[in-house]
Amino acid sequence: MMRRDECFRRIAEHRSDAIVVAAYTSAFEWVAIDPSPLNFVSVGAMGQASSHALGLAIGLPGQKIVVLDGDGSLLMNLGSLVTIAEAAPENLVHFVVENGTYEANGGHPIPGRGRVDFAGFARDAGYREVHSFDGLNRFAAMLPELLAARGPVFGCLKVEPGPPPEYDYEMLHSPRMRETFREAIRPFLRGGAG
Amino acid sequence: MDDHTPLGSEIIDAIKAAGVRHVAALPDIVTSAGILRPLAQDPDIRLIRLCKEDEGVSICAALSYCGKRAVLLMQQTGLMDSLNAIRAVGMDYGLPICMVVGLLGKEPDRPAAESENYGVRIIEPVLDAMGIDRFGIETSSDVAGLAPAIDRAYAESRPVVALIGRRIER
Repeated sequence: MMRRDECFRRIAEHRSDAIVVAAYTSAFEWVAIDPSPLNFVSVGAMGQASSHALGLAIGLPGQKIVVLDGDGSLLMNLGSLVTIAEAAPENLVHFVVENGTYEANGGHPIPGRGRVDFAGFARDAGYREVHSFDGLNRFAAMLPELLAARGPVFGCLKVEPGPPPEYDYEMLHSPRMRETFREAIRPFLRGGAG
Repeated sequence: MDDHTPLGSEIIDAIKAAGVRHVAALPDIVTSAGILRPLAQDPDIRLIRLCKEDEGVSICAALSYCGKRAVLLMQQTGLMDSLNAIRAVGMDYGLPICMVVGLLGKEPDRPAAESENYGVRIIEPVLDAMGIDRFGIETSSDVAGLAPAIDRAYAESRPVVALIGRRIER
């Protein structure tokens, strides 16, 4: 088992100018670890991080898009695995942080905790590359390769439930976060409408 | 020109005239033959096939940050299933989610709000309660409003729904 913050620190070391889409509890912790304007946390509704990431991956094909999903979030939008595999964005890396709980909603267990195989879901959906990690050393060693690989890439990060981060929902949904992101990606935009 | 049931080609031309090059869609029998099937063959359009409609809300929103215009094509059942995503991303965040929605079960000879079909009858009141702009496409002359509605949605950064009341053919 790993700790989420340790995994995120490793990702932060290697992100370069990647756009990172983070969902809820992961977003709070990620923003505290790596407060970049290229963070996208405005996913609006639970489960929608992966779909936002797909839209960004299609809209910005020259940029690496990394999504930090939650296990409860992904269960709410499992079909997005198939949609992403079908769209096959080469620039998308999809991590799901599996701690087995709805951490932001009282720590209740997810359905199928310990039995659900997220990597298996992604593999069968058709992701190009799929990995599962329960040790930090192996994850850290493979991370550069994962971020450089032709996507869609999936990585399941098996972590312990940790101490709750500060839940600042006002920050998460604030117009300022979206405007900061919009400005930050402006240099990456090519062409006009359409 | 007589005011006939709109052709799919008219609706597709309007979508393209508004600068849309991405369509996220789930099949809907009202728009299947006339809109989705030709769009799937259209080299100017990137079609993103969805498993569930609320994915499309987020995909269209994300594309808007990238300066790309998109349409979400679906049935009214999918619209109902996506209301929380539309509420959060479209209304709370104020983003241009442009939806073309087939009204399955609507009678061609009566307004949607007077339909015998409960699932059809409630759509306009639900959208009105949410404060979402909407308009109907029943005849070819209604299609003229589609491109300006999409332009307005992007200019004002707000959602819009076009309700397709009749089965569309090519």
